[in-house]
Parts: sequence; C-alpha cells; structure tokens
Amino acid sequence: ITSHHITDSKPQDIMKWNGWGYSDSRFLFNKKGQGEFTGKRYRLSGMILPSLKDWFEATFGTSLQHKTPATPTLNVSAVPPPNLVEPFVEELKVAGVAASHDPEGRVFRSHGHCLHEIFALREGRIGRVPDLVVWPNCHNDVVKIVELACKYNVCLMPYGGGTSVSSALECPLEETRSVVSLDTSQMNRILWIDEKNLTVHVEAGIIGQDLERQLNESGYCTGHEPDSMEFSSLGGWVATRASGMKKNIYGNIEDLVVHIKMVTPRGVIEKSCQGPRMSTGPDIHHFIMGSEGTLGVVTEVTMKIRPLPEYQKYGSIVFPNFQQGVSCLREVARQRCAPASIRLMDNEQFQFGHALKPQVSSIFTSFLDGLKKFYITKFKGFEPHHLCVATLLFEGDREKVLQHEKQVYDIAAKFGGLAAGEDNGQRGYMLTFVIAYLRDLGMDYYVIGESFETSVPWDRVLDLCRNVKERIVRECKERGVQFPPFSTCRVTQTYDAGACVYFYFAFNYRGLADPLHVYERVEHEAREEILANGGSLSHHHGVGKLRKEWMREAVSTVGLGMLQSVKEYVDPNNIFGNRNLL
Amino acid sequence: MQEFSMTKPSFVDILEERRRGSDISHALRAFSPPPGCGAPPPSPSALNKMVLESQHLRYVVLEVRGHSEGGEAAALLDEMSQNLQVTFIRLLGFALSKIFTRLFRRIQVNEDGLARLQQATQEHPVILMPNHRSYVDFLVLSYIMFTYDLSIPVIAAGIPLMGMSLIGEIFRRSGAFFIRRAIGSDKLYWAVLSEYVRTIVRTGFAPVEFYVEGLRSRTLKSLTPKMGMMHMVLEPFLKGEVYDLSLVPVSISYDRVLEESLLAHELLGVPKPRETTRGLLKARRVLEQDYGSMHVYFGNPVSVRELAKGRIGRGQYNLVPRDLPGRPSEESQAFASAAAHRVVRLQERGTVLSPWSLTALLVLQRPDGTRWDLLARDTLWLRGIALQLGARLDWPADLPDLEVMSSSMALHRSVVRCEEGCVWLVEEAGPEPVTQEEGVFRRASAVLMCASYRNQALHVFTRPAMVAVAMGTVPGHSQEDIYRHFCFLRDLFANEFVFVPGCGPQDFEEGCSGLQQCGAVSATDHELKPTEEERDTIVFLSAILEPFIETYQVTGDNCTLLYFSLRNCLSFFPSHFREIFPNSTRYTLPGGYLPPTPTCCKLQCPNIYFRQSHCRIHPGSCSPTPLCGPQVATSSPI
Repeated sequence: ITSHHITDSKPQDIMKWNGWGYSDSRFLFNKKGQGEFTGKRYRLSGMILPSLKDWFEATFGTSLQHKTPATPTLNVSAVPPPNLVEPFVEELKVAGVAASHDPEGRVFRSHGHCLHEIFALREGRIGRVPDLVVWPNCHNDVVKIVELACKYNVCLMPYGGGTSVSSALECPLEETRSVVSLDTSQMNRILWIDEKNLTVHVEAGIIGQDLERQLNESGYCTGHEPDSMEFSSLGGWVATRASGMKKNIYGNIEDLVVHIKMVTPRGVIEKSCQGPRMSTGPDIHHFIMGSEGTLGVVTEVTMKIRPLPEYQKYGSIVFPNFQQGVSCLREVARQRCAPASIRLMDNEQFQFGHALKPQVSSIFTSFLDGLKKFYITKFKGFEPHHLCVATLLFEGDREKVLQHEKQVYDIAAKFGGLAAGEDNGQRGYMLTFVIAYLRDLGMDYYVIGESFETSVPWDRVLDLCRNVKERIVRECKERGVQFPPFSTCRVTQTYDAGACVYFYFAFNYRGLADPLHVYERVEHEAREEILANGGSLSHHHGVGKLRKEWMREAVSTVGLGMLQSVKEYVDPNNIFGNRNLL
Repeated sequence: MQEFSMTKPSFVDILEERRRGSDISHALRAFSPPPGCGAPPPSPSALNKMVLESQHLRYVVLEVRGHSEGGEAAALLDEMSQNLQVTFIRLLGFALSKIFTRLFRRIQVNEDGLARLQQATQEHPVILMPNHRSYVDFLVLSYIMFTYDLSIPVIAAGIPLMGMSLIGEIFRRSGAFFIRRAIGSDKLYWAVLSEYVRTIVRTGFAPVEFYVEGLRSRTLKSLTPKMGMMHMVLEPFLKGEVYDLSLVPVSISYDRVLEESLLAHELLGVPKPRETTRGLLKARRVLEQDYGSMHVYFGNPVSVRELAKGRIGRGQYNLVPRDLPGRPSEESQAFASAAAHRVVRLQERGTVLSPWSLTALLVLQRPDGTRWDLLARDTLWLRGIALQLGARLDWPADLPDLEVMSSSMALHRSVVRCEEGCVWLVEEAGPEPVTQEEGVFRRASAVLMCASYRNQALHVFTRPAMVAVAMGTVPGHSQEDIYRHFCFLRDLFANEFVFVPGCGPQDFEEGCSGLQQCGAVSATDHELKPTEEERDTIVFLSAILEPFIETYQVTGDNCTLLYFSLRNCLSFFPSHFREIFPNSTRYTLPGGYLPPTPTCCKLQCPNIYFRQSHCRIHPGSCSPTPLCGPQVATSSPI
C-alpha cells in the first residue's frame, strides 16, 4: 500500500466523500465490460479482472446496462448552515486550536461507512452534520477544548479515522446544541519508544498504517492489523475494542494496551504506572475501551511492540466443505497452534475470490490453474459448490514458521484439507482491503450490501452460519428482493472458546421502492438470528447507534445501569453526546 | 387460517394404477427420491455411531451409571434403531400392493399435498404427523412415498410390533424404529431415544414419521397429543441445529376401519390381542371383506419457525451447553403443546369424511331404529350443515344421493341393517337366553362402532355445538356471557376434544361463525341470537354434545357415584373414559375455576367429584356398574 497523507487536515482531498477509501482507487467496468481496479496503491491496482463481470452478473442478476451512478460532487448549498456558539469559537481561537466550519469538512466527518450513510451521500442527501471541526494538536489542546465545551455546553464528537460501521459518527437528530467534531488526526506522533520494555507511547490520532510503518523503520511493529488499518486510528481502536487480524500472536487491542490517557469532562483519567498487570479493582481501562466516544477523548496510549518478524509466509488450504473447515479450525484452536492469522471462507466467498483473479499473464499459469482445479475437483472429488478455503499467515523465525506450518497442514489433512498454495492465501488477505471498494462498484449497479460480525462458541459456529445465511435469503425473498441475495460468511478469528464470524450480505435492489428500508430490516433480522443462535452483539465493530436496541439484552439491565452510572459520573451534562452504546 | 387451504384438494386413487399394472414392476421401479435438505443418508450403523458418540449421551451415561461405559446405551440403541433398506421397501411395496388392492376399493391421495411435501423435503427436515386409526396406517405413508418417489420416512413404532417374528424385522428394515411403552423415568432410555430422534432430524436425510396422538384412537376421535416425541423433534429447531422444520399433518380416514369390532370390544373391556405374527396370519379373514375407500390427505407443511415467531425465545440455550440433558423449559413445553395440538387440529380439518359418518351420527340419536327415508332425509340435511361448517366429504357428485347413502351404509352391515324400510342397529348373535347384562353387551358393540364413525365427524361440529349449548344456558344473548360459558365447556372437555391451548377466543370465533354460516344465529356487536328459521340447527347441534355432557354430569351427595343409567352407558363414548369415581379429590376445572353459574350445563357444582386422568381406560373398567378402585395413571409421554 502506497503511503499518503490523510494526516492532512483535509483528507477529503485524497479520499472519496461518498464512498470508501482513496479517490484514485476504485473498481469499474471498462468499455469492454471488463472489471478493473484503478490507481497504483494496491497489488490489484491497474489490473484487469476478467471474471468479475460474469460473477457479478450471475451473483446479483444485474446487468451492466442498468446503472445507478452517484452524485458526482457534493452540493455545498445542501449542507445546513452551522449552528455556532460564537464565544466558544472565539476562545478556541485564543487558545490556538485550529477550527473550521467549511461545509465539505463537516460533511466528511458526519458519517461512518454504514450502508445507509454512504447510500444517502451518493444520492446527495445530507442530514445533520457537525457545526464545527476542531483539530487539537496534542493532549493539552484536548483538555482545553473539553473545558470550553463544558463551559459553553457544546456537544463534542471525537473523530478518528471515520471508518465506523455502527452509525457511531452520525449526529443524533435530537441534538439541539452546537455539535463539534473533534478530529484527532493532528495528534499523530510517536512520542517515545521504550526498547527495554518493548512499548511505544503514541498520540491517539495516529492512523494504523502510519504507526506500523514508522515502527517498522525502527525494526518494530505492534502487530495490530484490523482490516481498516489503512484509515482507522489508534484512539478509535481503543474506543471500539478493535481486533486485529494477527491477534493470535499480538493480541487484540485490550491485550496490547499498557496505558491510556483520556480527557473527560471530569478531568483526565489514567493509571499511575505502567505495570503489566494490576489488581486494583476493576480495570479502569475497560471503562475506556469500548466507550465509543461517550466518555471522553483518548489522547495518548502506551502499547506493546514486538521486533519485526524475521519471516512471513502465506498459505491456504482447500476443504471439501465448510463443516470440515470449521472442524479443522476448531482443532487448531484446541491445540493452540493457530498461525498469526487463519480464516475460513465459505464456498460463496471462495468463488468471489476467484472472480477477483487478475488476468493471467502466461498460458503456463493458466494451464497450471486448470490442472489444480482438475486435481481438486476430479481427482480428489471435491464438489466445486461445496469446497471452501482457509487462508493462513505465519510469522516468526524461518525455522519455526516452517515447523508450525507443517503442524497446521497435518491437522488440516485429518479434516480432508489440501494445501492450496501461498498465492491463494495472499490473495485472500489482499481481498480484505479491496472488498470495501467493491461495495461502491455494486452501488453503481443497483447492488447494496454490508458486512457484519459476531463471536460465538465453537459448537454453534456451523449452526449460526447456516441459520443466519438462510435467514438473510428468506427475509430478502419475503421483502420482495427479486434475485437471491449474496449471503456469505467466513470465520476470521479463532479463540480457545469460540470464533469470530464475519458475514457479507448484498443484493440487487432493482424493483424495490425502498431498498434501504429492506436492507435495514434484513440486517435487523439477521442480528436477531445471530442472538438467537448464541452469537454476541458484536465482536469488534461495536454498538454505536445501530445496535443499541439490543444492549440491555446483551449485558443485562444491571450491566447497562453500571455503564450508565459511569457515564452519569464522568459526563453528567452529556458533553460527549454522540449517544452511542447506551 | 393460512396453514389450511380450503381449495378443493385433487384426490387420486393410487390403487387404480396397481390394478392395471403389474405389482412386480411397481416394486422394482426405479426409485430415486430427490435428495433431501440434508447430507446423503448415513448408513444405519453410521447413524448409530453418531448417536452413541454424542456429547448428550455421554453426559447421561456418566450421570446415570457413574462411568463412561456406553455398552448399555449401545444395546438399547440396537433394540431401537431402524435399518432402512430399499430392497425391503420394494418387498413391502409388492406385498402392500397385493393387500391394499384386496382390502380397499380405492386409496385416495391428494397429489397437491404430495407436491407440497416434496417441496418441503428439499428445504428443511420434515416431520410427518399422521393420525392413527388403524394398524393399516402404519406403512401406508411409506407405500405412498415409495409410489411417488419421495424419501421413505423413518417411523416411530411401539415395541410390540418389534416382537412379531419376521414382521418386526421387516418393519425395521422398512424404516421403523421401536419405542418402549412405559419408559417412565429410565433416564438412559430417554437419552438414547431422544438423541436418536434428534440426530435423524438434524441430519435431515429422511422424514421422521410419528403419531402425535401416541396410540391408535380406539374411538376414531382425535386424542390429545402426547408430548414426548414432539419435544424430541422440536428440540433441534429450538436449539438452532436446523433452520426450520416442516410439520406435515396427514389425515388418514377410512370408510370402514379394519379393526372396527376389535376396537369396540376393546372399549367394552375385552383385552387387546397381542400383536403377533400368528395373530396377523389368523386375521387373514378380515382381508376377505370390503373396506371401501381410504383417504390420505397430506396437509400444508407447517413451518415451526413461523409457529415460534414471537412465542418462544430461542436464546434460552445460550448459557448452557446444548447437549446438557435437561427438561424442556416451561416456555418450550407450552410451545410444543400448542404446536402438537395445532397439528391434531389440522389433521382433523384435513380428514375426509364418508357419508356414513353423518348417517351414524343420526342413527345414534335414534338407537331404537328409524325409518330409512327419514334417515336419508336427515342425512342430506346434515350434509348441508357439515359442508357449511367446512367439512370435507367424500360424496360422489355423479351418483344420486340416495344411492350414495345406501351404499355407504351397506358397507357397514355389521353395524346397521336396513330391513323393510327401517334401519336397525345390529345385535351380536349368541346363545340364548341372555341376561340383561349380556344383552347390553351385545348391543353395545354396534353402538360403539356407530359412535366411532360418528366421532370421525365430531370435530366439524364441536365448536358450533359448544356455542349452541352455551347459548342455551345463558339468560339473554350477551356474547360475553356466552363466551364465559363456552370457555367453561372448553375447559371441561379439554381432554375430550382437541383445543389448541390459549386459543379460546379463536375457538369461540370459529363456533360463532360456523353457526352464522348455517344461518342459525345472528350476531351483533355484543349479542348472539338464535334465528327463528334455524332453531332446529341449534337444537340438533346441542344434542350432539348431550351425551358428552351427560357423561360428565354426575350429581350426587357424599361419595357415591350416582347414576349411570343404561341409556347413558349406551350413549357413552368419550374417547378416554375418565375414571369417574368417588374420590377425595374435589373436582376443579383445569385452570382452577368453577363454573360461572351453578346451573350451567346442568352441572351442579361444586358437588361434583371426580378425578381426571389422561390414561386410557383400563380393560374391564367400562361396565354399566360404577367404576371403582383407584387406578394410578402414569401418562405415557410418547
């Protein structure tokens, strides 16, 4: 991935205002009807994807004739005028904090990446947007901003990378106060690296890929790689309890964090030392992690680092069916030998992956591909419509990686798994980064979709996957969706006691009067199905406003009351008024 | 009701082709049912292995026996498990073709229902839930499924069938699995059985067939469902192991039931002969008679998921391992019970009635004989009412009505005779002289048979009749009062007729709209008034319930059971005779409330004493003399 500068205070210059990611990177069907990914940033960039069109048309029943293009530019006059508290703005200026009420910047920070948010922008619909954007430069700036916000009763909404998929960044419609988006992007420095204790102290506005790149330059990494790491921020990870793809080695955000500093209306909260573990009552970090911007702004974080791994190796395994695949992952988890990452895609996603194969350059490779396919389907008797694939990533020193690899492949063999090469594995991970771009392509052709996730005990993984996928199909049918939806899942994380499951769901909405409503109902029913099957409300996306209705059920009335009383104490005037979570 | 289509089903006689074609080639036809929703069928031994290795069974073995040795469980499973083999289905197909063509004029099957069934088998595991009226039921569904190229069901059967030498094994290889009768608290047996059933449902390779009524209805009236098997088949859905289940109610009805006189004698206290192969061979002579037509109506598949919507939280298993043995929660029990009752109701609604059922109803009201022309006239009148109430009649349109009725009656010459324009109930022949008691006995068998055929049609009239009775006991016409009395009757007859728990208002509504259909009542916002023109209908409908009310109408003082007149005995046919005896248990209604008015339904509460039980009448306990001696009834869970 090529570097960029969203640390600029105007990310909208290089990023889409109504879609995912960089403006220069997008999927399109060229004049010949071939799929293509533009730009230069990704491995897939500039490549022709010959099978994409057929897959796309067959999967969604769409035709390239029927387009639904987005509004090309933001109509600035549609943006509501800002509701500013003049003395607040004045005092900010005096304090030297950068601020702007430029409409483009406000619109850019008025949303995350939920389907309904992007869909509205594509149609040029602008809802409630923040009235002002402020850019603190450091912890002390934040302290000042929060003080002023309390003084003038202004609503603050922290903004990191803007990759939320839980409606967390939507301004609450009922909010009548001036809403100020507190953009942390300028607080992006690594303050120190402690090589003796292997920790790094960073300002919380830093974006994932920048943090990783800068650490790499010193020979370290955090190893925290959520799928959104190109754009999401450290503070955002903390505020949502993020999970990284390589958590098997490095841990999730709660395992990585050693110290957090957060500014709240009550003052600054932090621990007095950096001891690796403490018995000092409930861990106050756990009030902060997952608070989703309702309590304050995370300004600085100390987190663990590791020396860069000597060796990395991708891999993939083909299983005759999803069930065998899940059993294999379960066994890997039981033996606690999961590689840095192990993911199992179902058949639909496997086929989807194939649709994104770039044009093969030589006859020899295409011959080889044919041979592989023949071996798997004919010789090994795998049913092409049942087989599924696991992608693997190993990290460590070379010798150990190879040993580890053998162990995992041996387990896989017991479940009928066949090693299917490094290339398939690597492509699987690359897909993660480009899949969000694909939604924009879909939306150009009447296809809308979204992903959502859960975590579930091992013995329910299969049942949950089957039932949720089926529920989606049935609900779509019942609600008049003309063509069967794309309803697919993958197991993306393994734990001792369960797994994280990720669903993709998309459908062709031609002929529907209110596609968004249909979409939202189906997603709602899918979540109900997840909960009925013993899945959690969220594994790492968070609750935001999208899943609030289930919070009481999820954590019990007393649990909710506990969280509410913390909010009540920390922020009695609801200065951090994004109304997420509670 | 969406689950029940009122469109006229298209019945096809499957025997017609058998009579024209060769039974051998039918038996050897290419049989390739479309694959079900699940994986390909596991071999019986693989299936058993899955059961034995299940976590659930391991928990129970450890809990019950204190060790993890599974030998005992394996033995139980061996006794129980089916061993479905297509060869035996073919063999059976051949034999049944021979037998059925001899016994029946026609076996009428609704092909639209089969088409829906086929659709359902491809989507979700299917549970076939036929009613149970005769031994013949047992394999007829398999025979039909074979004929129509559908997966052969796995059938829950009572263990006595297994005991029949050779036949037991043939049944086993035709897909039957065997369940002991009195399981009681044998935890291990329960565990093996339930895991076995659940595994079949989960894998979904074949439909599961079981009789939700638990046993053959000796009176041809629907029985209140037994919950054991019901819980077992529902559990995989409630635990999220399958996306959905389709319950397919199947209504089997006969113009004439093979074991009619056997059943009547059983009701009179003659013990049921044991099921033996020898007995079966001896019973060959029943093959020589004419049994008319058999109707098999496959109802609309009922989605359990739809039923469960808003009624039960599936999250209840989220906090415990799903394999953990445990009683179903109250919520699940209520749900299963409602679902089972609903299925029985759908069976009733799908039942095709023969004209004789209507005639029998009338004959019973005139036990001392009646003129044929009057009987025919009234039967026609009753047909009108029955059709208005939504009954499904097998009344050939192309024949004169009189011929239809007389030929339908002629089939039952063992019950009624028509001599010199008069219709009489047949008395059993026997040596003279007879004591009074013997005389009753001889007549009783015909009465009971007659009552049984009447019972087949009873469900059509129950609700309107209850409203009619309730109307008669209420001063004034207030709907609210009538409803209160209706509810009293509904509670009173909760074990007599099948009512879906919690559906009182719907039942009342059905009764009222039935009466309105017949023009017997006019309804305003709050009132329900009988119309002058159709007074007869109200009187007639009330009369249908009369014998049942009388049965429950026990008045008296202290602890003596009162009168049990001859007349009462003869018109006595509630399906499960309640043991009615002087007992210290004071009678309270289900729900614990007392009748709304002291005179309601002539029940002189609170002086009524009797005990309710769900148990079948004990052979010998039905004599004209009062019953005595406490019988502790253990309700069979199956």
